[in-house]
Amino acid sequence: MEYFVQQLINGLTLGSIYGLIAIGYTMVYGIIGMINFAHGDIFMVGAFVALIVFLILISLFYSMPVALALLIMMVVAMLATSFYNWTIEKIAYRPLRGSFRLAPLITAIGMSIALSNFVQVTQGPRNKPIPPMVSRVYEIGGISISLKQIIIVVVTATLLVVFWYLVNKTALGRAQRACEQDRKMAALLGIDVDRTISITFIMGAALAAVAGTLFLMYYGVVVFSDGFVPGVKAFTAAVLGGIGSIPGAVLGGLLIGFIESMWSAYFSIDYKDVAAFSILAIVLIFLPSGILGRPEVEKV
Amino acid sequence: MSVSTSTSSGLDDSVHRRALRESFYAGIIAFGLFVLLIGLKTDQNIRNELIIVQRWGLLAIVVALVMVVRYLMVAYVRPFMARQKAVDARTGALPDSLSTRFFRERNAAIVAVVVAILYLFGGAIFEAVHPRVTTYLTLIRTCGLIYVIAWVFHYFRAFISRNFTVLSITAMAVYPILCVIILSLLAGSLMGGVQASLKWVDNFGIQVLIYVMLAWGLNIVVGLAGLLDLGYVAFYAVGAYSYALLGTEFGWSFWILLPAAGAMAALWGVILGFPVLRLRGDYLAIVTLAFGEIIRLVLINWREVTNGSAGISGIPKVTFFGLFNFDVSSPDYIAKVFDIPQSGVYYKIFLYYLILALALLTAWVTIRLRQLPVGRAWEALREDEIACRSLGINTTSTKLTAFAIGAMFGGFAGSFFAARQGFVSPESFIFLESAIILAIVVLGGMGSLGGIAVSAMVMIGGTEILRQMDFLKEIFGQDFTPELYRMLLFGLAMVIVMLWKPRGFVGSREPTAFLHERKSVSGSFTKEGHG
Repeated sequence: MEYFVQQLINGLTLGSIYGLIAIGYTMVYGIIGMINFAHGDIFMVGAFVALIVFLILISLFYSMPVALALLIMMVVAMLATSFYNWTIEKIAYRPLRGSFRLAPLITAIGMSIALSNFVQVTQGPRNKPIPPMVSRVYEIGGISISLKQIIIVVVTATLLVVFWYLVNKTALGRAQRACEQDRKMAALLGIDVDRTISITFIMGAALAAVAGTLFLMYYGVVVFSDGFVPGVKAFTAAVLGGIGSIPGAVLGGLLIGFIESMWSAYFSIDYKDVAAFSILAIVLIFLPSGILGRPEVEKV
Repeated sequence: MSVSTSTSSGLDDSVHRRALRESFYAGIIAFGLFVLLIGLKTDQNIRNELIIVQRWGLLAIVVALVMVVRYLMVAYVRPFMARQKAVDARTGALPDSLSTRFFRERNAAIVAVVVAILYLFGGAIFEAVHPRVTTYLTLIRTCGLIYVIAWVFHYFRAFISRNFTVLSITAMAVYPILCVIILSLLAGSLMGGVQASLKWVDNFGIQVLIYVMLAWGLNIVVGLAGLLDLGYVAFYAVGAYSYALLGTEFGWSFWILLPAAGAMAALWGVILGFPVLRLRGDYLAIVTLAFGEIIRLVLINWREVTNGSAGISGIPKVTFFGLFNFDVSSPDYIAKVFDIPQSGVYYKIFLYYLILALALLTAWVTIRLRQLPVGRAWEALREDEIACRSLGINTTSTKLTAFAIGAMFGGFAGSFFAARQGFVSPESFIFLESAIILAIVVLGGMGSLGGIAVSAMVMIGGTEILRQMDFLKEIFGQDFTPELYRMLLFGLAMVIVMLWKPRGFVGSREPTAFLHERKSVSGSFTKEGHG
């Protein structure tokens, strides 16, 4: 039982990171109907920016409260990735918006390849390990919970509340939901569609940056190719939860996290990715619109 | 008053002012993007700790470069493009296009003379100048040569476009022979030329043709049937491992295992295709991606059979239909049979023709299939699935045949790949390969075989050539490795080509069935990949 609860906690941690990335996928898909393939690499760029900021902080201040350092890393990473995603949307996706459906997918794949190789060229191909930032571990009734895990879950939960407020209670969120339902009608009603889409990309990137910072803190290492696997899993999470639905993305992320940690714990660690992808295939085959998604209506 | 008399110089001023402003913005954006990732580099010091290295000079160069490019773009390229579209008010004719101006006879003559001088008196000139200048002279010579070749193509463009199929097949057929002849002439001896051609036939010819074949195979699934498949590399892997495992375990010949590998891949195409038939568009894409990854992960983790990430080595070579082979130690070695000097080139040239034959087979089957009911059903399915169903087409079997036949060609290419490398490992079958193949298909203009071949040559050949650019080391210093930039440039090229020609290099297609006359249809009228 204790072992099970332990795995549940590990899964929750992992799932929070996937959920944060998945929101970016699901929002972009909801609003312009494309798979933003470069999103996983945006997450990786976020982790790298956090790494660089961390190293700067270390060299400038010998000792510093960890919470403050994490906050600075997160904010800078959010700014940087927002800037990246905004630019990418403007250069690579916007000119193709009226084009056929595969065109933005191809530019997104191109951008994904370019981003990861750009980081490889500029930062080098090696693993980048950092000294552990937070190492305290609490023991509660035979279950060990590290402070890192608590930070991840708390940060994710806080962000989700903020995010929920933004999407459901503000004018911006209303504009986003309007664009999602009918872009042309939204434009007719005076919503600046281009701006709304830009902001959607920025919001997705900011959440991915937080996920990147937490990833760096949790694993203590990052490498240029780290964007792909978490990216695909987060996309899996988004599809699992029902693409286009934000609570669905979080739910899907948590599910993927649980499946992965349970599979590694009870079956074999080698096949944990196989398990995640198989679940994706099975869910899509039997429940094509995901858990919380709306069924797609076929129009003639 | 001043408004009505706006002169051309006034217009120019405003264009330049706008260009300056835009380049300033571009500079700010580039600075924001690159300040952390280019300006600072994380590096390990002697104690294996990460430290920050500052590179502000490099950052300044990159930002300045972006600003200059943006300025030129707004100030010169865009007005030029606009002028290209506008009809001359006086003559009613379109202005000279960039290409006709660029390929004037006068320019060609000058370049030809320069190249000829550099080739004829090359030795004397190179000895007289500093070795660094030599690099630049070689660069000029190469560029000049490329220009002259391009000029010939441009001059005969009408003829080439009329006989594109025949000419391109002939060109592919004589390519290795041409390589040997030209390089022999340059090297001065036949054997020297044969050795030097190895690189061009193997790294360039075979590599490009493998991708041409894969892209033609994927084209059946994506271009014809409109099913977006992001896991095509899985079938390539199935083919490669079928040959590798059966060939090393049982010692069976390539010629038996080639159809076996194709059948195996087709079987997997059906197995993977069956459950995903109900899915559409992006869902299909993501499930095929997942299947591709699953197959790769199984190859890595099923160590008892596949030897894990270490891969399988010692895969037998292809024999010449059992008559003679390319194995140096065997009594039937080609050099012993024909009493000629030993060389690895024979095998490479043989492989070149083998993959050429396989690729042409793919193309031929595709062309023939398009005329059969099943091919027409694929294209109908791509355009409108609901209409298809209401006309009584069995969409299940139609989609499955597309998956199976596409997968079969992937399997053929895979077993060829295993035979060529002599070694397979899961490393060769990553998602990036699927993405590259899909990009080639889309950039080539889906459904158009010629366009796909051209785009494979540009994308794969272009990045392969980057490996050969050693002279860049002379310019940027010895630490510079052009290979590192290969995939970065590939990704950017994907984006740029897509923005420039969203419908691919060949944006129109010939219908297979037509009412009174055959007219090409613009690519914009066809739908793709929503299956």
